[in-house]
Amino acid sequence: MIAVRDLVVRYRGGGDAAVDGVSFTAPAGRVTAIAGPNGSGKSTIVRALLGRVPVAAGTAAVGAAETAPTSPRDRRALARELAVVTQREEPAFPMRVRDYVALGRYPHGSAWSAESAADRAAVARALERAGVAPLAARRTDELSGGEWQRARIARALAQEAAALVLDEPTTFLDVAHEMAVFELLAALAADGIAVLLVSHQLNLVARFADHIVLLHRGRVAAAGTPAEVMQGATLEAVYEWPLVVTRDPAVGAPALVPLRGRGRR
Amino acid sequence: MRALRFWLVGLASLLLLATLAVGVGAVPLGAGDVWRALLGAGDETTVAIVRALRLPRVALAALVGAGLGMSGAALQGTLRNALAEPYLLGVSGGAAVGAVLAVAAGVASEAGVPLAAFAGAGAAVAVVIAVARAAGGRADPRVLLMSGVIVGAFANAAIMILLADAAPNTVRGALWWMMGSVSGADWARVGWLALHLLLGGAGLLAWAREIDVLALGEEPAASLGLDVERSARRVYFLASLLAAATVAAAGLVGFVGLVVPHLARGGGLRGHRAILLGAALAGAALVVAADLVARVARAPAELPLGAVTALVGVPFFLVLLRRGERA
Repeated sequence: MIAVRDLVVRYRGGGDAAVDGVSFTAPAGRVTAIAGPNGSGKSTIVRALLGRVPVAAGTAAVGAAETAPTSPRDRRALARELAVVTQREEPAFPMRVRDYVALGRYPHGSAWSAESAADRAAVARALERAGVAPLAARRTDELSGGEWQRARIARALAQEAAALVLDEPTTFLDVAHEMAVFELLAALAADGIAVLLVSHQLNLVARFADHIVLLHRGRVAAAGTPAEVMQGATLEAVYEWPLVVTRDPAVGAPALVPLRGRGRR
Repeated sequence: MRALRFWLVGLASLLLLATLAVGVGAVPLGAGDVWRALLGAGDETTVAIVRALRLPRVALAALVGAGLGMSGAALQGTLRNALAEPYLLGVSGGAAVGAVLAVAAGVASEAGVPLAAFAGAGAAVAVVIAVARAAGGRADPRVLLMSGVIVGAFANAAIMILLADAAPNTVRGALWWMMGSVSGADWARVGWLALHLLLGGAGLLAWAREIDVLALGEEPAASLGLDVERSARRVYFLASLLAAATVAAAGLVGFVGLVVPHLARGGGLRGHRAILLGAALAGAALVVAADLVARVARAPAELPLGAVTALVGVPFFLVLLRRGERA
């Protein structure tokens, strides 16, 4: 479980707090989504979970591990509790997908030891679960965008963490690959993982997430089930753009439809 | 399979080149004479030529190549930059300033000069990374390289100024050394370089897994529980130690650290533990070959070793640059 309490994050150089008193929990077995416009503080929360930004107040905790670890031991302990698929990633040098996924075992091994039987089993499971086992021998620079995202999820799964955070995992994917990633995340939650998803794709989030935290300028504007959060007035205020919320005729989930700009309304 | 071929071809080339290099000279020796002399058989003069004169030189060349190869491989992985290497990053230049300062101050021991070179190399790394960060981040490989070249130019200027009032023969010696040379080889120098290589190389090999993780980029590496800044500093420290030891032993030999990690990766080696060792092997073979060329190309005159490696390295650099530095 990921538990964030009254979190405040200020970037160096002053200005308003990027995250200003945000609280939420992402429990095991659920998909929790953080949504909101650009600059609303979504990615900052992910960085705070990783201890990459100074936390001015409040706490962010993952299972038993404290975030913002200082010792190497604590850092690795956190990486065994929390796996993160960051927004962008490109290996400096291409490598085999299997070797790439095996890097997810780093927090489990000592720096000296070779791969253990448990490592090999975890890597095989992760490749299988993310659907990239057939690509194990391929090079990372030969993968399509969708394959690469799933390889990254496999690497995160190899960490065998109880919580999985993904920051905009479908930004560069087409409809089919985007759906495949969302289905995978729902299945992982069904396996008992706490999935925390940062995403712009409100309509997909409304279909797949159990709980949505809607951010606006570093604060929680609304939180609850998709039906509770997907209210026209709320979303219009948060996104500062005219829109309507309808019900998707095919699947029945609430869906956001942005309207043309105010001048042409 | 490809990796196995890399090791076999690498080892065979190194042995062949080393035998050839020991055999070539004013008194030419066949491969049979060389091996007999190494084992202590054969006539006394041959044994003396092989053991006291030619073998130290070949051994020093091999160690210089191994050190530069490992230093380059570690820097490329950690900086995520296919063009990184100690010479182009100004690390070797910094080491040279340190060494010249030590010699100017009257320190001439085999132990003291590498220490001073190491201090210079460490200072150069710190400045290069600080300049690159100030100029828009280490993310752009070209910014980092530019910063390295600038620091290298500064180091050159500093050496020229230090040498301004030195005796003419000292200047000539220093210039020769700045172009790189293993002609001053003796067993003491080989021993000191081997010791530094053992220390720095063992450290890098021990932390090779961290270099694998660092090569993913800062945020992914941090998400895997790595203290990115600390690990990177450790690699810079060890890579500088290796580069400084080679500079103290043989002067500025450029581009070896650039070329050989690509050979290791292209040879199918996976993971930085293997890549570091492969770069060491390929580097050893490359510098032994380069020194051989330096000795025979215009015999009896000798070419500067650094000039020979640059002739190989510069075209290689241009090809990499054209490929978009990814490779």
